[in-house]
Amino acid sequence: MIHWIGQKLNDIFGPLWAPYVGYILVGLVIITLVVVMAVISIYLERKIAAFMQMRLGPMRVGKWGTLQAFADVFKLMLKESLTPAQADKQLFHIAPYLVLTVSFLAFAPIAFSPTLQLWDMNIGVLYITSISSVGVIGILMAGWSSNNKYSLLGAMRSGAQIVSYELSAGIAILTIVMMSGSLSVSGIIQSQADGWWIFKGHIPAIIAFVIFAIASTAELNRAPFDLAEAEQELTAGFHTEYSGMQFAMFFLAEYTNMFIVSMLGTTLFLGGWMPLHIANWETFNHLMDKIPPFLWFFGKVFISLFMIIWFRWTFPRLRIDQLLKLEWKYLLPIGMVNLVIGAIVTWLGWIF
Amino acid sequence: MGITSLLVLFLSGLGFAALAIGLNKILSYSRPNPIKAEPYECGVQTHGTTWVQFNVGYYLFSLVFLIFDVEIVFMYPWAVVFKQVGLVALIEIIFFIAILFFGLLYAYKKKALTWM
Repeated sequence: MIHWIGQKLNDIFGPLWAPYVGYILVGLVIITLVVVMAVISIYLERKIAAFMQMRLGPMRVGKWGTLQAFADVFKLMLKESLTPAQADKQLFHIAPYLVLTVSFLAFAPIAFSPTLQLWDMNIGVLYITSISSVGVIGILMAGWSSNNKYSLLGAMRSGAQIVSYELSAGIAILTIVMMSGSLSVSGIIQSQADGWWIFKGHIPAIIAFVIFAIASTAELNRAPFDLAEAEQELTAGFHTEYSGMQFAMFFLAEYTNMFIVSMLGTTLFLGGWMPLHIANWETFNHLMDKIPPFLWFFGKVFISLFMIIWFRWTFPRLRIDQLLKLEWKYLLPIGMVNLVIGAIVTWLGWIF
Repeated sequence: MGITSLLVLFLSGLGFAALAIGLNKILSYSRPNPIKAEPYECGVQTHGTTWVQFNVGYYLFSLVFLIFDVEIVFMYPWAVVFKQVGLVALIEIIFFIAILFFGLLYAYKKKALTWM
């Protein structure tokens, strides 16, 4: 289909301009994808939260409140965006751009289906981990430039937290990279053709998956690790001073990072766009192959998203010392030992 | 798409943010006053400046992070070639992680990982 679109563009715009029109189309598709997924997951999050607390959730705007997210965007669009008088104005205005742009950049190596991938770079996984850690600079910028004590404290907390949990996430990713022997996203997905890593990687892969889930939830600044914006202590943390669309950009970036993490987790552990196969169940496998890879990928991504939302409404928030203790004294040593066990398992050839 | 995809993504992120914030500027009406421009600290007037010397605890963690993150970057090439190299790589990584582990134990003993 992509080939067909390319042909059509060539016919209409001629060979000189067709690539540029194609680039604009790609940009629009990515923006649409992010916005649509954000709208869906905001609605899902509010509804899931409501049902877990035996409430109804948004019900007024549209049927079952389905248009609530649009109403919120419209409201934010009409709000006055304030800048504190003592703020560092340049940094204050750059921060939302930086946070959103960085979260967009992480989409480059992600494979949505066998053919739908922007750039299959050979260091895809390393690229995603490195580019997504730039976001913390935007958060620190926002917190520091606001000239508000809550913002500064929130930004500092979030910096310490993101930076700490990156190690554990990195080690969990390394376990899978070691087992598949590839850093490119498509290579890792191809290595799961005969079974997802979470199934065929034995216990090390399962431990790595759990560590990855915890560490990436912490990297997203989401509950139970949402110390950076703990409402009861810091009003709204690093984005206290932002209003209107500038605030919405932080919100959108947070959701985009959520998708990136879910997509990365899906790629590494849950087989990317590979369908679920069970050995010797021929009819079942054949049936699963009928579902397009695109749907497999997004199905898994939404399951991961549901898991992240589920965490939020199940666990109470951690204190800052508990948070750092969990990382440095439990997750990091466990991750290291797990990597060695994984290496031994891989060397013995115990992965099927 | 190659490296142009990064440029496309960069520009689309930037453009989207600029469009949204610009539309916000146009659509909203602005009536600034000095009270609105104060930092929001729950209705209480701010006391003193914000940009003061800060708790060293956060910096300690970022220092320890720096060491360990560099080590993890060293491990990426190892992870890629591990299957081809085999036993030598396995023995080497056991030594490497043991040294890292002792480093972590040292930081633990020095109470660098204890909050306050």
